[in-house]
Amino acid sequence: MTPAIEITGLDVRFGATRAIDDVSLSLTGGTIVGLLGRNGAGKSTMLSVLAGFRRPTSGTVRVDRADPYEHRRLMSDTCLVRPDGDLEGSLTVDDALAIAAALRPRWDDEYAGHLVERLEIPKRTRVDALSRGQRSALAVTIGMASRAPLTMFDEPHLGMDAPSRYAFYDELLADYLAHPRTVIVSTHLIDEIAGVLEDVVILHHGRVLAHRAAADLQADGVELTGPASRVDALVGDLPVLSARSIGSTTSVVVDARLDDTLRDRAAAAGVDVGPIPLQDLFVSMTSTTGMPSKEHVA
Amino acid sequence: MRFNDGTPIYRQIAGQLREDIVEGLLADDEQVMSTNQYASFHRINPATVAKAFQELVDEDLIFKKRGLGMFVRPGAQERLRAHRRARFIDDRIAPVLAEAERLGMTVDQVVDAVRSAADRRTPTRRRTQGADRP
Repeated sequence: MTPAIEITGLDVRFGATRAIDDVSLSLTGGTIVGLLGRNGAGKSTMLSVLAGFRRPTSGTVRVDRADPYEHRRLMSDTCLVRPDGDLEGSLTVDDALAIAAALRPRWDDEYAGHLVERLEIPKRTRVDALSRGQRSALAVTIGMASRAPLTMFDEPHLGMDAPSRYAFYDELLADYLAHPRTVIVSTHLIDEIAGVLEDVVILHHGRVLAHRAAADLQADGVELTGPASRVDALVGDLPVLSARSIGSTTSVVVDARLDDTLRDRAAAAGVDVGPIPLQDLFVSMTSTTGMPSKEHVA
Repeated sequence: MRFNDGTPIYRQIAGQLREDIVEGLLADDEQVMSTNQYASFHRINPATVAKAFQELVDEDLIFKKRGLGMFVRPGAQERLRAHRRARFIDDRIAPVLAEAERLGMTVDQVVDAVRSAADRRTPTRRRTQGADRP
């Protein structure tokens, strides 16, 4: 089962704060989606709503065509792995895994054992004695071995070192190929996970800034560098994400796709053109110049 | 394969498959790895791999046999090589001449340099099919 997700006009407010601000979004079932955004962008709130932990202020959310809020079947078909893993500190790793095994209808014990070995988690250690990275690795193990049709990881990488993170990405893709499901991963380490993702959603100030195929997003974001007047003429109506100048030279990042047409136009105009890494595109899109927040409009 | 030069991954995959066809590592009518095999081998989302395969299907370099998978279109190697030969001057020679000009070299000096480089070069063994698969 690979549940699809439909979100329409979703608002989540905490007092005067709009954590999610009128979001509408469709996610295809059976895909791995990256949920990107800066701290406080609304990622965790969105995942809590999808997991049925939190009721929206307004708007509708449908997971596999049902409202997930306190929905019994969806609760057991959904696994949200939060940064702290919701793990009881006094348990040993072995006990924490045994509890997950009892709660999760599709639990694969052998696979959990494989992940514990691969991620080098000490099995007899108490959860509160694990390092930050080991606790994340344990949370990831539980999320993966649960094989829930909707599996969500909220910043799974926290404290994990690079070898563990790469082991996680490998396992995620391999296990997804063997057992298709809908996966959402919130992160800001975009470049290292981009290859594993099918779609990317960028949240900013509680709104969807972009929702594109990961493969396309990689081709998006172009840096144009040259004399200011020529660069400006080339930029024209393209959406500008950031700009900087040194003397008479200007460098502008635009939200456009680097194709042959743009290359030819740049060459004809005598402007240097080049792709920018996904991480830089994300930073440009979500830096303060991106979208003014309401408080700043006096 | 490393994917890091700023080009979208699916274009790099498509490029790698074209190289394999040009070099004869993937011969006429030979089966191409399945989307899932390719995805798990290179650790890339299968949807991204499918996008690369589609690009090659659109260029008629590979084709789908229902229920069996993707295969190399007969003549694909020769078509790709002809295409590259047609672009050889523009893509390879023109930049060399431009650089030579910047360095103050004459065309004759470039031609001599090419001759002596060719003399020193040990001919590459043409790879036999199936060997050296990445």
